[in-house]
Amino acid sequence: MFGKILKKLDEKLLKSEPRTGKLFAVAALFDKPDDIIHAAEKVTERGYKNYDVLTPYPLHGMDGAMKLKPSKIGWVAFIAGISGTTLAFLMMWWMSGIDYKIIFGGKPYFNLPPSIPIMFELTVLISAIVLVNSLILIYMKLPANANPLMDTEFIKRVTSDKFGIYIQADDPKFNVDEVRGLFQSLGSSSVSNINEAEYEKGDSKNPLLSLKFMGVVAGTCVVTVLVSYFVLQVLLFMPPFSWMHEQPKLLPQGKSNFFKDNWSMRRPVEGTVARGFIPYEFKGMPDSMVVPTPNPLPVTKKVLEVGKKRFDTYCSPCHGYFGKGDSRLRGQFPAPPSLHTEKVRNWKDANIYHVITNGQNVMPSYESSISRDDRWAIIHYIRVLQRSQNAPDSDLESK
Amino acid sequence: MDYIKKQLPNSLMKTGGIMLVFGVIILILSFVFTPERAFFDYLWIYLFMLSIGVGSLALVALEYLVGATWSTPFRRITEIFASATPLLIILAIPLFFGLHDLFHWTHTDAVQNDPVLLSKSSYLNVEFFTARTIFCLLLWTMFYFLIARNSEKQDVDGNPVYTKKNITLSTIFTPLFVISITIAAIDFAMSLEPHWYSTIFGVYYFSGTVIAALAATTYASVKLKEGGYLDSALGNDSFYSLGTLIFAFNIFWAYIAFSQFLLIWYADMPEETFWMINRWDGSWKFVSIALLFFHFIIPFLLQIDRSSKTNFKSLKIISIWMLAAHALDLYWLIFPTLFKGNAGFGWQELSFPLIVVGLIMVIFKVSAEKKNLMAVKDPKMQAGLDFHL
Repeated sequence: MFGKILKKLDEKLLKSEPRTGKLFAVAALFDKPDDIIHAAEKVTERGYKNYDVLTPYPLHGMDGAMKLKPSKIGWVAFIAGISGTTLAFLMMWWMSGIDYKIIFGGKPYFNLPPSIPIMFELTVLISAIVLVNSLILIYMKLPANANPLMDTEFIKRVTSDKFGIYIQADDPKFNVDEVRGLFQSLGSSSVSNINEAEYEKGDSKNPLLSLKFMGVVAGTCVVTVLVSYFVLQVLLFMPPFSWMHEQPKLLPQGKSNFFKDNWSMRRPVEGTVARGFIPYEFKGMPDSMVVPTPNPLPVTKKVLEVGKKRFDTYCSPCHGYFGKGDSRLRGQFPAPPSLHTEKVRNWKDANIYHVITNGQNVMPSYESSISRDDRWAIIHYIRVLQRSQNAPDSDLESK
Repeated sequence: MDYIKKQLPNSLMKTGGIMLVFGVIILILSFVFTPERAFFDYLWIYLFMLSIGVGSLALVALEYLVGATWSTPFRRITEIFASATPLLIILAIPLFFGLHDLFHWTHTDAVQNDPVLLSKSSYLNVEFFTARTIFCLLLWTMFYFLIARNSEKQDVDGNPVYTKKNITLSTIFTPLFVISITIAAIDFAMSLEPHWYSTIFGVYYFSGTVIAALAATTYASVKLKEGGYLDSALGNDSFYSLGTLIFAFNIFWAYIAFSQFLLIWYADMPEETFWMINRWDGSWKFVSIALLFFHFIIPFLLQIDRSSKTNFKSLKIISIWMLAAHALDLYWLIFPTLFKGNAGFGWQELSFPLIVVGLIMVIFKVSAEKKNLMAVKDPKMQAGLDFHL
């Protein structure tokens, strides 16, 4: 049934005969491989240049019979392949060495060994693409949309069970009757004239631009998209894997019937403190209640570096990188006051710690985001910032 | 076909014999002065002979297995090279006197104190090693005699039954060959560094053996063809396939060598990398780079052109080149165990080219004495002679 539909479409859209274009070639079919080799030898002997042989499978000895010189397509492949190698090398070098450096296994950013498979693949890929495109370019005779041989009885036979040869009309020695006579004398089973693919008089515009051709191409695209959407999204659709999601375990804050209280999590035993969770003793109290304790961390380069990192991450979005209140979120959030005011400079470390831990006005509590030690390190760093903006003269003299 | 058997010149025997004698003298001298080094040289010679003999046998089996016709005119020459296989049994005997010098895993006291070697000792021990070697050698020899006998019998009556028999034999032999060549590669070359392992090592050595066997066949065929010893109907086109196969197996070798290197480089584990680092120490670096260029890049570029595979002169150059490259490959596999830090080449190593070339010439002459140089009545012969591109 499918074949019948195709055949009908073929007859409707792709008229094959009769053609009205000028004569393209005279073609002949032969039944046996030996006959075609003999025919090719004779045609070469007669001095014809623009002719070609088409066979359903490669015939050994045909190169010699046609006196073919080595094909230059190898050079096309070679140049395309070399460009693929170079391209892949540059790509790997730029990506891993310059654009997106990732340390892998302690190795240098760019390495040759892992690039070699990529270089190999791209060599093959680029040369294959270039070769296929050159084949289309040469065989389809671009900008025409088909070789004149297409859709003829001749091409249908030589792609299945016969061996064909054709001499083009633009050959200097071409003469229709002579060529037909030659083929018949060689024992051809059928000799035919092949005309250029023009079906109506004056139909000489570029066939690539013909409305029918473009319509068929566009229609094919639409049908392909619809069919692949239907096949992939409807017919073969499978829900994405969710096996990782469904695990036989209890999620925090989920319900469980295992314990009597229906909680999946356990509360800590009364009177105990979890490791690393030292409670803040002045939680929720006003500033005045805070008993000032000194900063437990020493002022070392390491501590200051930690403090800078945490400050840049958590504090700087509002307070700015230098604590001036010039936040990156200006306009979306109320800007906090500067950290360089007299008030803040005179604050004890414990007061700043209290603000970070408890929050103040719009500022939320950072107790759960920043660890205890990191909060103290931030305070050291804030002191560094303050000193940098309000350096006394003695700082200059001592250096 | 118009093949008439002609005797090979006696100079082959004479030159080969003289080279062999000089080589053996050098080898004996080095056994006297530097016994350990001499055993490594001997192992080098032995592995090269194994490559030629067993690699050729594999090529013969391959032809039967895939039903190739183009190679039929050359098959007898490959068979003559494969006749080195029975000789390997005799050549193996001196190796067993050198096990202690060659293989660290034979030192029982060192193995006792080494948990890695101790856990490998159920495979790497002298008794099992001997058993494996005997198994491999007997297997190869047996199949060589079976296949070669059928092939020679066919010269008399041209009965296609022998081809069928050989196809069956080759079908049985090929999987056994894959196993045995892996065993041989692991035992003779990889276990020189018993702590090291590479699962691709057998394939690596196999790719080298096939290149060596192909190169030897190509060189001998071209020489014989030029000297008029082969059928006059044999055209240049048939040689094209030999050149292409060398080209293909050369790429295969590079592919395997690179695969082995890349995985070791990526994983970067000390128990694997030290083998590569040994080959990058001091002047070994230059040997490694030379191997890359000599074995792959230069031959690849030389052979990329189609005409280089039908031109006799360039075929001769490339086959000698690849034989030398395989020798370098084996040197690169074996000697870093002996020369730690720097590569070495002294008068002791001269025994390798002398013995190998001399021995192959003598074997070829002796073995070709009783045989036709072409399988005259093989049913596939005419198709092979008619081969055209």
